[in-house]
Amino acid sequence: MAEALWLTLRLAATTTAILLLIATPLAWWLARSRRWWKEIVAAATSLPIVLPPTVLGFYLLIALGPASPLIRPLAGFGVRTLAFSFTGLVIGSTIYSLPFAVQPIRNAFAAIGDHPLECAATLGARGLQTFTRVALPLARPGLVTAAILVFAHTIGEFGVVLMIGGGIPGKTKVLSIELFQLVDNLEWGKAHLLAGGMVAFAFTVVVAMLLIERRFGRLQG
Amino acid sequence: MTSIVRRLIISAFASFWITAVATPVLAEEITVSVAANFTEPAKEIAAAFEKASGDKVTLSFGSSGQFYTQIASGAPFEVFLSADADRPTKAEQAGLAVAGTRFTYAVGRLVLWSATPGLVDDHGAVLKGSRFSKLSIADPAAAPYGLAAIQTLKTLKIYDQLQPKIVQGSSIAQAFTFVKTGNAELGFVALSQVINEPGGSRWLVPEADHEPIIQQAVLLKPGADSAGSRAFLTFLKGGQARAIIRRFGYATS
Repeated sequence: MAEALWLTLRLAATTTAILLLIATPLAWWLARSRRWWKEIVAAATSLPIVLPPTVLGFYLLIALGPASPLIRPLAGFGVRTLAFSFTGLVIGSTIYSLPFAVQPIRNAFAAIGDHPLECAATLGARGLQTFTRVALPLARPGLVTAAILVFAHTIGEFGVVLMIGGGIPGKTKVLSIELFQLVDNLEWGKAHLLAGGMVAFAFTVVVAMLLIERRFGRLQG
Repeated sequence: MTSIVRRLIISAFASFWITAVATPVLAEEITVSVAANFTEPAKEIAAAFEKASGDKVTLSFGSSGQFYTQIASGAPFEVFLSADADRPTKAEQAGLAVAGTRFTYAVGRLVLWSATPGLVDDHGAVLKGSRFSKLSIADPAAAPYGLAAIQTLKTLKIYDQLQPKIVQGSSIAQAFTFVKTGNAELGFVALSQVINEPGGSRWLVPEADHEPIIQQAVLLKPGADSAGSRAFLTFLKGGQARAIIRRFGYATS
C-alpha cells in the first residue's frame, strides 16, 4: 500500500507541474484574446469534465498503442506502447485534469482587468514583463486553486487509469485501483483503511481550498 | 419547472406504470451475472432460452470476484455463472445461494494468444525468450483465468522472471482487449475468446499446467422463488446449451 501511495503522489505532483506549465499560457490567451473562435478552444479544454472517463480511456488505449501514428515514430527508441507506463498515466491525467487547471487560472486572469496591465505598459513594461511581473502575481490565488484542484483530481482518478494502466505495482497501480482490487477480493479491512484515508485527504483539500479563497478574498477585498 | 423536464418526468412515470401493469404475468425477467470468459456462449444460450421459453434474460458481464463481492452486498442477480467452483461454493455456504442448485456447466481452457501471426509457437516457448515486453493476464485475485495463468507460469518455472512484464486486466475481457489492441504482445486468455478469431498466433495451454478451470453455476437467493431462473439453469444443463458451450471450446461433463 505504501508503494501505491508513493506512486499516486508522484503521479499527482508530476501532473500538477506539467499542467501549470501548459494551462497558464493557454488560460492567459483565453482570458485576453478577442478571437471569435477562442470559446471553441475553451469548450474543447472543458470536455474532460463532461466526458465519461471511459471515453478518454478508450481513445488513449488506441492513441498510446503500437498501431498509433503518435507512437510508431518512437519505435526506434524502443518504445512500443505507452499504455501500462507511468508516462502513459501522466499523459492521461494531464488531459483528464486540464479543465481543472485552465478554468481557475483563466478566471483569475480575467479578474485582473485591463487597468493594471495598461498601467504597467504606461510605465514601460513590455509584454512578457507585464505577464511575469504583473499578471502572474495578481493571478496567484487562481494558480494555487488550480494546483490544488489538479493534484486532488489526479489522486481521485480511476476510470482512465483502469483502462490504460494494467495494474502494475509501483508503475500504474495507484491507490484507487488498489482499492478496487481489495474490494473485489473481499479484503475489506485494508479497503476500509484506504477508503477512510482518502475521505480524510479529500476533506482536507476542500477545507484548504476554502481557507485559501477566504484569505485571498480578504487581501483583495 | 421547464416543460421539457416536466415531460421527461411524466414519460418516466408512464413507462414505469406501463411496464409494471402491462407485463404479462407468465413471462419472467431473469438477471444473470456471467463471468466474462463466458460472454459469447452466454449470449447464444440466453437467446435460445428466450426463444424456447418466452422469458427475458438480462446478462451482466464481469470478473467472478467482482460479482461475488456484489452478490455478497445484496446485488439482485438471480443466477451466477462463475468461472470457478470456489465462489459458487462460498455463496452456498454463506447462504447467498440456494443449496443443492450448484453444478458444473463448463470446464474452461487457457490459451496464450497474440494478435501477431507467428509470435506464439505450439509449445509456448516464446515465453522463455525476449520477443515481447508485456504479457497480459486477468487480475488473479478476481478472475480464475488470471489465477490459472499464474499457475501456468509457476509450472513452467518462469513466473519470477516474467513478473515485471505482467500487466493485469480487471477481467479476462480486459486482458484480451490489451492483447487485441497490441498494447501487450502476448496474453493468457480464455479459449472461447479467440476460438472465432481467425488471425494471430496461439498456444493451447496443456490442462496439466494449471488447476482445472471448473466453471460452476448456482441459483442465488433472489431467484429462489423464480420458476424462470430454475428453468434457465435446467436449460443450461440441456443438450442444446451444451452443444453451444462445446462449440466455444469448453468441455462439459
